[in-house]
Amino acid sequence: MAIKQLTVFVQNKRGSVVSVTDLLSQSGVDLRALSIAETQDLGILRLIVNDEKTAERVLTENGYLIKVIDVVGVKIADAPGKLTEALSVLDRADINVEYLYAFLARTERHAYLVLRVEDNAAAESVLSGAGFKLITDADISKL
Amino acid sequence: MAQNYYQKEIETMAPEEMRALQSEKLVRQVKHVYENVAYYRDLMDKKGVTPDDIHGIEDLHKLPFLSKADLRDAYPYGLLAKPLEDCVRIQSTSGTTGRRVVAFYTQKDIDLWEDCCARAITAAGGTKKDVCQVAYGYGLFTGGPGLNGGSHKVGCLTLPLSSGNTERQIQFMTDLGATILCCTPSYAAYIGESLKEMGYKPEDIPLKAGIFGAEPWTEEMRRGIEESLGIKAYDIYGLTETSGPGVAFECSEQTGMHVNEDHFYAEIIDPETGEVLPEGSKGELVFTSLDKEAFPLLRYRTRDICVLSRKKCSCGRTLVKMAKPMGRTDDMLIIRGVNVFPSQIETVLLNEGYQPNYQIVVDRVKNNDTFDVNVEMTPETFTDKVSDVVAMEKSLAGALKTMLGINPAVHLVPPKTIVRSEGKAVRVIDKRKLV
Repeated sequence: MAIKQLTVFVQNKRGSVVSVTDLLSQSGVDLRALSIAETQDLGILRLIVNDEKTAERVLTENGYLIKVIDVVGVKIADAPGKLTEALSVLDRADINVEYLYAFLARTERHAYLVLRVEDNAAAESVLSGAGFKLITDADISKL
Repeated sequence: MAQNYYQKEIETMAPEEMRALQSEKLVRQVKHVYENVAYYRDLMDKKGVTPDDIHGIEDLHKLPFLSKADLRDAYPYGLLAKPLEDCVRIQSTSGTTGRRVVAFYTQKDIDLWEDCCARAITAAGGTKKDVCQVAYGYGLFTGGPGLNGGSHKVGCLTLPLSSGNTERQIQFMTDLGATILCCTPSYAAYIGESLKEMGYKPEDIPLKAGIFGAEPWTEEMRRGIEESLGIKAYDIYGLTETSGPGVAFECSEQTGMHVNEDHFYAEIIDPETGEVLPEGSKGELVFTSLDKEAFPLLRYRTRDICVLSRKKCSCGRTLVKMAKPMGRTDDMLIIRGVNVFPSQIETVLLNEGYQPNYQIVVDRVKNNDTFDVNVEMTPETFTDKVSDVVAMEKSLAGALKTMLGINPAVHLVPPKTIVRSEGKAVRVIDKRKLV
């Protein structure tokens, strides 16, 4: 059920992010979501893209250190309180969220959450049990 | 185990006999240099020493030192002790750290150099039945010509492949059944990896021994090479200034290199004061060529830091042993008052599962030394969590602290962002301005 997140290791210096996004746009890969975690020295780029295979190949060929991992994708209504609701469901089930980021869809009145947790299956089961719609890579590529 | 000697009478000579031989050679050599090398004669005159003051090895300390700077000053002919018409060859250093060194050889110089390499090959188990693949560079670099000559003297079938073209190396190695490989340790490691990629197992190739030198390497690297090639890996030491590889070589004990001290007399000195240190002390290695005719350096400061030992060796050789150099006087950093050698950092990295691709940056902020070590992240340990990366940096900093006694700031950087070694990578950036 989970979706693929591309994780890229870069130095925390000017131009690091643009050289990644530039390579992706040149190979026709569309970014759906991007989040950056950084320390003083380094950055870890987390990307959700429409074509993760191409993105992985292009970045690897250009010498980037890449890791593709499964993360949980959830569709929530774009309305106040909806994020809190989703997070509360996980909290009640004792599921710790390592990090998360969100993005809005262009056409629908929906937002999408990307959640990094230890146990994807457990998180997916409580979320769908609480009525949330989970998304897949197929959904992502249609967005 | 059978002990293999190339020149047994020399290699197992009683120490007092060796000293007498060295003394006799030194007296003759000092005369030869004083009479023929104006540059060194001036140095001796300034020190108030004449050949008449030198009666044996016990007087060696009276002679002035030669340094790399002298070699640059005297370039190209200033230290030549024979007419050019008596010389048959030059070899040269890469010259990456300044002006290149050009060393001259008479035919006799070449012969004794090749004898030294033959001793090394024989000590590694080489006989005339062996097939010896020389994958050191041929040309100005001493590695290829030296081992090539030594291999001829032993009577091995010599494969003069020179360095590079790994596919061809492996083809000759497998088709012609090379049993001994001579090259730099990093190239040996690379050949090992390539063999594995091509689907060979160590037992598929007849290689039994390797003679590796010309660059620093660690015990960890030795184990890796021995495993990947299924061989015993022997260290060899030398420098163009004295001849080339074969100044010292390892025996089956693999606990240091026997110095060919009938040709090259070794001393350990305090690099600050120049004082000769007793056996077992750590200091700068100094060589005196006792037999070289064309380019006979007396008391040449190698800048290598090491230890000499006369402990009895199980191989039966009585030649003094030098430890693998622990670094160079010009590599040594003093950070917060502590001596730090880049080679120590390399050892820790390999132990902790990192590639030895690193860069040390030292600076001084508000009268305190900063000490940063940049290390390339490995694909195996990379995760998407910043907390994991920070934990890896901390753990590596802890391991370095244990080895060095001071705490570095470790920074993991993306792969291939630290310039790869072509033999002389910039490992140290010292930004301190201390004047």
